[in-house]
Amino acid sequence: MTSYLIKNARPYGGEPTDVLVRDGVVAELGASLTPEEGTEVVDAGGAVLLPGLVDLHTHLREPGREDAETVDTGTRAAAQGGFTAVHAMANTDPVADTAGVVEQVWRLGREAGHCDVYPVGAVTVGLAGEQLAELGAMADSAARVRVFSDDGKCVSDAVLMRRALEYVKAFDGVIAQHAQEPRLTEGAQMNEGDLSGRLGLRGWPAVAEEAIIARDCLLTAHVGSRLHVCHLSTAGSVDLVRWAKSNGWNVTAEVTPHHLLLTDDLAATYDPIFKVNPPLRTAADVEAVRAGLADGTIDVVATDHAPHPHEDKDCEWSAAAFGMLGLETALSVVQHTMVDTGLLTWEQVADRMSVRPAEIGRVADHGRPIAVGEPANLVVFDASVTRVVDPTETASLSRNNPYAGRELPGRVVATFLRGRPTVLDGKVL
Amino acid sequence: MNRHLLSAGDLTRDDAELVLRTAEELRSLADRPIKKLPALRGRTVVNLFFEDSTRTRISFEAAAKRLSADVINFAAKGSSLSKGESLKDTALTLEAMGADAIVVRHSASGAPHRLAHTGWTRSSVINAGDGTHEHPTQALLDAFTMWRHLAPGGAGKSGGGLDGRRIAVVGDVLHSRVARSNALLLRTLGAEVTLVAPPTLLPVGVEGWDVETSYDLDSVLPKADAVMMLRVQRERMSDAYFPTVREYSRRYGLDSRRMGLLQEHALVMHPGPMVRGMEITADVADSSRSVIVEQVTNGVAVRMAVLYLLLAGSSEPTLTTSDPGASE
Ligand SMILES: [Zn+2]
Repeated sequence: MTSYLIKNARPYGGEPTDVLVRDGVVAELGASLTPEEGTEVVDAGGAVLLPGLVDLHTHLREPGREDAETVDTGTRAAAQGGFTAVHAMANTDPVADTAGVVEQVWRLGREAGHCDVYPVGAVTVGLAGEQLAELGAMADSAARVRVFSDDGKCVSDAVLMRRALEYVKAFDGVIAQHAQEPRLTEGAQMNEGDLSGRLGLRGWPAVAEEAIIARDCLLTAHVGSRLHVCHLSTAGSVDLVRWAKSNGWNVTAEVTPHHLLLTDDLAATYDPIFKVNPPLRTAADVEAVRAGLADGTIDVVATDHAPHPHEDKDCEWSAAAFGMLGLETALSVVQHTMVDTGLLTWEQVADRMSVRPAEIGRVADHGRPIAVGEPANLVVFDASVTRVVDPTETASLSRNNPYAGRELPGRVVATFLRGRPTVLDGKVL
Repeated sequence: MNRHLLSAGDLTRDDAELVLRTAEELRSLADRPIKKLPALRGRTVVNLFFEDSTRTRISFEAAAKRLSADVINFAAKGSSLSKGESLKDTALTLEAMGADAIVVRHSASGAPHRLAHTGWTRSSVINAGDGTHEHPTQALLDAFTMWRHLAPGGAGKSGGGLDGRRIAVVGDVLHSRVARSNALLLRTLGAEVTLVAPPTLLPVGVEGWDVETSYDLDSVLPKADAVMMLRVQRERMSDAYFPTVREYSRRYGLDSRRMGLLQEHALVMHPGPMVRGMEITADVADSSRSVIVEQVTNGVAVRMAVLYLLLAGSSEPTLTTSDPGASE
């Protein structure tokens, strides 16, 4: 296995150093290391060095929608964005609700080799919200599933949610809830607020998210289990999670990059590129989720990378699919919204995008410190450059990039997965 | 004027008054033996209706024909529930046919906006009603009807707008594209607008609309110069917007007792189609206060004005009824 000497990188944005990567681990750290014979040198040029990013919320679409994304293309996009591990959501076709399907996805990830794929298991059979899926079988499978979610749908039945929370305690699992009260969001198209009424688009009230989060926090406390709140998007949700944490309950939460940056006024274009679930919210909500991420109320940034084929977005708003790409732009959006604004240090970015998601997903080899002897899962990120986002420049099969034409800071120079580069010179290998 | 008419909010006060004045000139055509003008000869207007609306389609068709345009009626199947691909494909087809204007009715809010801004077509796009968003030519014809009766100086002679006139819009504001367009246009023309509905049928965020709102119809009627009753679908009852049809009619329907609360000169309007016995009783709809039939006549004149101003590329009406070319 080739060794790599990463020259002049700044771990967590700190003092520059050299990093020798050998046999899958960080072998040496220090100023002016000399490359041995056969060691490849990667000049980081003062770029930021972070532990490889871990995504708790990725839609890879395989099996079933290979026209939108495959495990191979989705994990290429992940590597391009600096990720070394992704959690693949269960809403595939067939649904990942059996040991067989999760093992298939896990195996496809191993074969592709661009980043580690941890399948998320469905909570209920077929995401139908009626009967628990075989959670234990998925946990015991080769994929070793620990995160369970009906994402795309909410486990709205309170009894089923309670049982799921209780049941996963047996194998230290976590229920990742897509918090969306279904009756309050029938036909909903965009955030319910000043704009939805004017645009004539059915409103999606914040309370539809918050009511479920409140209920689930209470259920989690009652049964002593572990809840993870997917893509929370409102100021009220941040307050609820803060309240749950202050009670010592085992509740964690994620926010997406797009909810850190984009607001509901983009719906006024009627361009469904901005149609997403949960919907883009108000500027006040954006401010609240940024503050929540900064103070640790929100544990992690998760992409909710949701590829869709062109025709599912090239139509009128109400006919379009929900969702947007996110893997390749996540770190840039976080730099733009959180680092360049002074809300997070790079060390805290590493915490929110690598350390905490790995802990929540119970992923042992990721989210580790940059230290000698640790697995060499690393990303070299040049925070000094800017780029105009071009949706055609992507490793994904899809182009539904909401940042098209926007200038964003930063660029992934290299990504290492257990000492092996998956991205070099900004290109997927 | 913009190249498209997507929202009543696109119209400045000057634009709106220009449409009304032009409509007034064109309306006089209706009284003449030959009702055609050559203004849009050789131009093609497509009526693209994804949703049935015979009355709106016929109104646009008559308007385009009276301006000598070629008219193609295109009744497309396809709804927002199925994939919307058909909107794009249809637009590309119409583009290939060389449509100068596309008059579009669609069940999806924003569909005309998409047509105008995606590059699928270069035609002018006129919104003939999109989902629960807007219906700007309906608002123009409503304003035109009010203006002819209520404008200071009378019969629209003075130009100007509807400054200080009080208009009540009553009913299912939440789902009404007519209410949205009317609120925008009437404010542009200087009228004071009060939306009257049960709280369930007022949109969240209506505080930002620059209009008054009320839950109490009886308190609004004595001050109104015109009251516009919106259609209320019975099915709203099953979604719990109101308990029963009877209770809705009792609290928000316009019957002869309520009509008695109106001022002498106040108009009763309805964009149609009416649900008689629900939001309006038959005797009120057919009373002398009612200008509901006149609204239909005015619809053709206003749509002629819109087509003319968008397609003939003129910012000033050059039509005069004495133009010898006009009556050929
Ligand atoms: Zn989700």
